[in-house]
Amino acid sequence: MRTICFYFQVHQPFRLKRYKFFDIGKDHYYYNDFENRSIMRKVAEKCYLPTNQIFLELIKEYGDKFKIAYSISGVAMDQFEMYAPDVLESFKKLVATGNVELLSETYSHSLSALKSYEEFEYQINMHRKKIKEHFGLEPKVFRNTELIYSDKIGEFIANMGFKGMITEGAKHILGWKSPNYLYCNTINPKLKLLLKNFKLSDDIAFRFSNHAWEDFPLTTEKFVSWLNAIDPKEEMVNLFMDYETFGEHQWEETGIFEFLKALPDAVFRYSNYSFSTPSEIIENTEPVAQIHVPHPISWADEERDITAWLGNELQDEAFNNLYSLYDKVKEINEAEIWKDWLYLQTSDHFYYMCTKWFSDGDVHKYFNPYESPYEAFVNFMNILSDFMIRINRYK
Amino acid sequence: MKVLMFGWEFPPHITGGLGTACFGLTKGLNHFGTEVIFVVPKSYGDEDKTFVELLDAGHVDITERKTEHTEFWENFKYIEVGSNLIPYMDPEEFKKIFEKKIFSHSEFKESVFSTNFKFSGSYGANLYEEVARYALIAAYIAGTNQFDIIHAHDWLTYPAGIAAKKVSGKPLVVHMHATEFDRSGENINQRVYDIEREGMQAADKVIAVSNLTRKIIIERYGVHPDKVVTVHNSVEPISLPEEFKVTKNFEEKIVTFLGRVTFQKGPDYFIEAAKKVIDKDPNVRFVMAGSGDMLNKMIRRVAKLNIATKFHFAGFLKGQEVYDMFSLSDVYVMPSVSEPFGISPLEAMISDVPVIISKQSGVAEVLRHALKVDFWDVDDLADAIYAMLHYPALSKMFKKYGKIEVENLRWENSAFKVNKVYKEMCEK
Repeated sequence: MRTICFYFQVHQPFRLKRYKFFDIGKDHYYYNDFENRSIMRKVAEKCYLPTNQIFLELIKEYGDKFKIAYSISGVAMDQFEMYAPDVLESFKKLVATGNVELLSETYSHSLSALKSYEEFEYQINMHRKKIKEHFGLEPKVFRNTELIYSDKIGEFIANMGFKGMITEGAKHILGWKSPNYLYCNTINPKLKLLLKNFKLSDDIAFRFSNHAWEDFPLTTEKFVSWLNAIDPKEEMVNLFMDYETFGEHQWEETGIFEFLKALPDAVFRYSNYSFSTPSEIIENTEPVAQIHVPHPISWADEERDITAWLGNELQDEAFNNLYSLYDKVKEINEAEIWKDWLYLQTSDHFYYMCTKWFSDGDVHKYFNPYESPYEAFVNFMNILSDFMIRINRYK
Repeated sequence: MKVLMFGWEFPPHITGGLGTACFGLTKGLNHFGTEVIFVVPKSYGDEDKTFVELLDAGHVDITERKTEHTEFWENFKYIEVGSNLIPYMDPEEFKKIFEKKIFSHSEFKESVFSTNFKFSGSYGANLYEEVARYALIAAYIAGTNQFDIIHAHDWLTYPAGIAAKKVSGKPLVVHMHATEFDRSGENINQRVYDIEREGMQAADKVIAVSNLTRKIIIERYGVHPDKVVTVHNSVEPISLPEEFKVTKNFEEKIVTFLGRVTFQKGPDYFIEAAKKVIDKDPNVRFVMAGSGDMLNKMIRRVAKLNIATKFHFAGFLKGQEVYDMFSLSDVYVMPSVSEPFGISPLEAMISDVPVIISKQSGVAEVLRHALKVDFWDVDDLADAIYAMLHYPALSKMFKKYGKIEVENLRWENSAFKVNKVYKEMCEK
């Protein structure tokens, strides 16, 4: 029997406030509380609460037959605690059904895997603690920020004891191979890899409401017919997407909620697919091959690489300066410093500095608080300069 | 004596030194009992009107047509200007102009004369049309006010000055605060250059803000030397109460660039020098305050040089923020490629900040207690900054004598010279 693996990324960064040069050395609070609260409340009302409710009802209706997985970043959980305890409660209810798996990730949704494995490990453990605290369970499968993966990162994750990891089914990595099988890490084959079927995932996440798309409108019957069109030997279809797809990227008016509600029924009625969590797949399936990823991949943009966060002068300067503080921060035993250290690492800050899409519009404008990458850079560097002053006081 | 003066901005709404200079000058003229009617496009209502009778060109009611106006309009054919060459044109503006061109000439004139004009009051889209309309209204104002002399500041107001002269027959003084060569290097905007030249030809006297500018006027605009006089700018004495001064919250010394981030101001040389200084001494911070068309390029450059934790961008500062910035600064640098005068170093000096200025600035002519370097000599500039930061005797001396020097540069002195020009012309 073939299976569908639904996985959703839940993440909200702590957006930074407008921080001027004059504030350096004086003002040590960096976050835009108003904006963070209002965005969190907006997304809670439009996406998290209604979508959670739909999944809760689907699980009630189909019992063990319907399963999903989430990864919730530590910074998102922090903001749930501050601004949306109702959302946290509804996730707890979902997890309590036993049909929902939570994946491991870095606490601050950071790019630490690209810079320091020590910091990477620390953040994974921090996130693990937070999940345990709220949900009483230990994640078994790892998902890195924005599905960033390489052979080396996979090896490190295997050594940390994880059984599996999920990443992008990037074309330039797979070549002729299909993402609809289980693969494993090249260096340590014990680590199983689930790859995103980006075609079918993006049909829901990006194209669902696109009137110019030749397959618009997307119905559950149509979607199931595509699932059925896949070679029966292929074992799984991994549908990975931002949770904000539901109600936020695709508004309620597009019919996305109706699609979601009707999908399991259509799958059960017209196909022989089941629903599984990543852990179940890893347990029940044998990998077909190793996958070679010498350079990091991600699920972002056409390139499926890390150039959305790193690569231009602005991003590299900000990133390298931030991580140059690592050794010093490690020595400081101060909760406030650690909190800022974590929050400043959130990948979104570097994403805002990306200049790649100057030409092709605003795909990446989603909740971007800055008018230009330059503004994002100047603001981040002002804050980082203040943070450095604080760090250097602990000589 | 009463002067009809045309400007483009007036404190507190200023984008550069021109507004500051106009304010200082009118204040100084007031000292000698000279009256000023100051015309600016779009008055905001909170300008300092102590010393001038401020007229908002946008609020003038045009009720009648005069033949001179029409004639003037036709002599200055700005509206026929190829609109695709107008700077910063957006499609909507383009459409507006295009539609007007379709109308018959007389119809358009009708609409010009029956409306209560509104000027946007700043550089930007539709600039030439605004300059032309401003001139039209200037003619009207000239016909309905009593005055002895006309004084126009910078090219934007020259057509207005010429129009006023045609209507009233009074002598015209044009004041060159900057030439097109300062703003654009050798890649000048021909249309702007032509307006500048026509203004100076029509004028009875040209005032240049420095000998440097006077030389450019004579050599590159072909104006007769006898017609051009140099009157250096000055600075308003200010005394900041201690409690207004912001405190610095870190140990490093601060080197500041404050001005438009454009070719003319040489921000790129400042950054290259900053890199050299930081390499030698990491205990220093550089600040670039201001905005402009080169800003993004400068941010990239700073990131590329890996000095972004020591080099900060403070954005455009105004009013009190400028003095806050000075009170934080240990050295002020003005590396202008071409600066007709440059008031900001004087403001820095009066705020007890030693300055380094480029030899290619007019202000270098009047200052002795400032370090002067060639803008292109980045090594020399870095050397000067390093010296100012590390040899207290030097900075102390510059602070002390610089302040005295600047305090002796009074707007009254500049105004006295301007007033003398007025008198000479009225006596003719």
